[in-house]
Amino acid sequence: MDASNTITTTTGRRSGRVRHGRRVADRVLRIACTGATLVGALVLGSILVMLIVQGVRGFTPTLFTNPTPGPGSEGGGIANAILGSLVLTGIGILIATPIGVMAGTYLAEYGRGSKLAALIRFLNDILLSAPSILIGLFVYTLMVRPMGTYSGWAGGVALAIIAVPVIVRTTEDMLRLVPGTLREAGAALGAPPSTVIMSVTWRAASAGIVTGIILALARIAGETAPLLFTALNNNSWFSANLMGGVANLPVMIYQFALSPYPNWQGLAWAGALLITATILALSIIARLVIKPQASR
Amino acid sequence: MNAASAIPTVELNRNRADEGGPVRIAVKDLNFYYGSFHGLKDVNLDFHDRQVTALIGPSGCGKSTLLRCFNRIYSLYPEQRAEGEILLDGENILSPSIDLNELRSRIGMVFQKPTPFPMSIYDNVAFGLRLYEKLPKSELDGRIEESLRKAALWDEVKDKLRQQGTGLSGGQQQRLCIARTVAQKPEVILFDEPTSALDPISTGRIEELIEQLRDEFTIVIVTHNMQQAARISQFTAFMYLGQLVEFGPTNRMFMNPTERRTQDYITGRFG
Amino acid sequence: MPALTESIAVGRTRSATARKAPSRSLDTLFRTFSYGAALLVLLVLAGILGSILYGGWPAFREFGFGFLTSSAWNVGTEQYGALVAVIGTVASAFLALLIGVPVSLGIAVYLTQLCPGWARKPVAMTIELLAAVPSIIYGMWGLFVFAPLFARYVQMPVSNLVEGMPIIGTLFYARVPSGVGVFTAGIILAIMIVPFIASIARDMLDQIPTVLRESAYGIGCTTWEVVRHVLVPQAAVSIIGAIMLGLGRALGETMAVTFVIGNANRLSASIFDPSSTIASRIANEFNEADGLQLNALMALGCILFVITFVVLIIARLLTRRVQSA
Repeated sequence: MDASNTITTTTGRRSGRVRHGRRVADRVLRIACTGATLVGALVLGSILVMLIVQGVRGFTPTLFTNPTPGPGSEGGGIANAILGSLVLTGIGILIATPIGVMAGTYLAEYGRGSKLAALIRFLNDILLSAPSILIGLFVYTLMVRPMGTYSGWAGGVALAIIAVPVIVRTTEDMLRLVPGTLREAGAALGAPPSTVIMSVTWRAASAGIVTGIILALARIAGETAPLLFTALNNNSWFSANLMGGVANLPVMIYQFALSPYPNWQGLAWAGALLITATILALSIIARLVIKPQASR
Repeated sequence: MNAASAIPTVELNRNRADEGGPVRIAVKDLNFYYGSFHGLKDVNLDFHDRQVTALIGPSGCGKSTLLRCFNRIYSLYPEQRAEGEILLDGENILSPSIDLNELRSRIGMVFQKPTPFPMSIYDNVAFGLRLYEKLPKSELDGRIEESLRKAALWDEVKDKLRQQGTGLSGGQQQRLCIARTVAQKPEVILFDEPTSALDPISTGRIEELIEQLRDEFTIVIVTHNMQQAARISQFTAFMYLGQLVEFGPTNRMFMNPTERRTQDYITGRFG
Repeated sequence: MPALTESIAVGRTRSATARKAPSRSLDTLFRTFSYGAALLVLLVLAGILGSILYGGWPAFREFGFGFLTSSAWNVGTEQYGALVAVIGTVASAFLALLIGVPVSLGIAVYLTQLCPGWARKPVAMTIELLAAVPSIIYGMWGLFVFAPLFARYVQMPVSNLVEGMPIIGTLFYARVPSGVGVFTAGIILAIMIVPFIASIARDMLDQIPTVLRESAYGIGCTTWEVVRHVLVPQAAVSIIGAIMLGLGRALGETMAVTFVIGNANRLSASIFDPSSTIASRIANEFNEADGLQLNALMALGCILFVITFVVLIIARLLTRRVQSA
């Protein structure tokens, strides 16, 4: 009995050394941190539930075949908005990819130690978080006003301006991960810098660069604010020359969700579900693409 | 030796070792700077045609720096510069008028860590070839096989030429890099501690390979491993704190060094 | 040794003839193009500032310094002032930080210290996906899901409770408990900035050497003490940077806020009342605006530009200093 007695006293003393207040503080921290994480997960969950509950009803075949209906009328779909969004996002990413990749390449390959490159890197980081509505105002002044009309081109350019900093940043980061010896090995074979970059360093960083482009795509696919003043909207099929307003999902959702017509609201929910599912899928794909790179 | 005297560099060679044959590279009063740090101090040294010259010395002695002067790979870094002369067949390669890319196609380099490019084994070897020669497909295939054979890698990869070069083992990757270098038919091959990242068996194979390559190429190798220098080189240069301490035939350097510091280093008293 | 001469001679002829350097012009072209692309980033930023300054100039000229201090926004009389929108912007962003920062830090601590290994990746992914949800979806969630619940379970009981009380009564009384208003906007913004702050804070906590953490646990510290005395001081500067980054985002966020802030041009002391932010006002009125109203909206854009860019510059300076150290 003596032995067990000693054990109890030592354990008793041990727990006694952690003062009551310290244990409470620790317990509170653990609960608060877990709770914070739960709240985050719950919000995501409730957003998804909301979209599915409200949006699935709208998923009829006509959703993908018919253009948006007029105010107060029944039926219709969002085919023109889907197509318009694809076109605008496509223009945006097609403009942004070469510019972003080349600018990121400049920062990582040519601009080492240069003050101008440091400045551009810094400002690019700021542009990365700049309010997108200001970019809308810029493109409005740059294109919509001079041309006298909202246009698909203006919308595409606005989205490109949002995508460029994302691509610049990831391209530079990924190129910096390429070991310098690979560049030296290319140069040692007599390859000029452009050849080394195009056929060695880009290739070595390709998974990361592609991830950056997908992330940029995910970012601009749901952007609404800059499109309000550039591409705006259009309730009919868009014309191929992209002059004049172009229907697109985000602006359609914005206008229809706040409208008094149940039919429009239903279409807005269906569009919201569609766009969110697409963007979340893109984000997950981007993360899966980058994984093999990281483990290599 | 009347044939050798036809080569202009021979005349420039004042302190060449007796049995060395003609001089391929002559280094004259070479100084090297990393920014304000003086990395090489008044180095004078000759490298003989189709011989292996080993550069040895403790870490930071400048041996890799010297090696990186021969193909001017240092000029990728703006703060690094070399002064003096390095004559390759009598032509000063430090001259600003030299076309760096062409120079580097004539002087191959193999690095400490294997540097396979992220492309197929075939494309790795073809990389340098495609830069400077427009070859028909059949001839290209032939050159690639020849290079891989020279690098003693052909038998291991002949069935998987389309697979990624990065999927090979470390020793195979290094031989792939050697094949890539050899394919360009350079005149000189620089090895920068080529076996320090490899296991003993791979190291042995690379050493054998260097021995064979000597038939065709002038070789300069930087090594930490003195046994390696003794095994594979005909000439050895011992460097210390940016200076060339002693240079001579490998046998003499290891058996009977004239400088006290060389002896101390070789017998392991410092470094 | 004739063979030797020959081989060298062959080598030299080859170097002289067969080896033609790859085209230099392509190299120059590539470099120029990449340089130009990088410069474009500068140009775009300058263009943004230039265009809104140009557009907003007439409003600044018309109203002068009074534009900042006036709370008027009257299309009929052409009287415009920025005060309500500026206060709405700052107040909603401030509320977002107040709510979002503790939650973000909690998530970061949970992910780095408490979360079991197997759950770390999926949980981190869930939080990061919050950042991918488009702003307009947050707006819809805020307006259609959150606001009704908030009105019923928070605004109404609280309003009833505080009615007539000094200070608290003015601060928390909702004239119309509709669920929308500055406080709701703050909550939605908080959710939107949480993933950004949490992910930077998590990276910072991960960078702290394990040795430091283990030695603290080794002398008997509780998790709370390790976080409070070891981790937070180590990562403080960059976490503040991350918070500023979140603030920058909250200030400029448009669509979500437009849905839930109520879009009223009214100066109210209660955080439960509707108001406007700069971004929401531009989004609401820009397309129908003309003349001086358009200039006034552009001038609001200038103010937003200045506020967010100052915040973002501070944020980047703080996060960068630590990364380079």
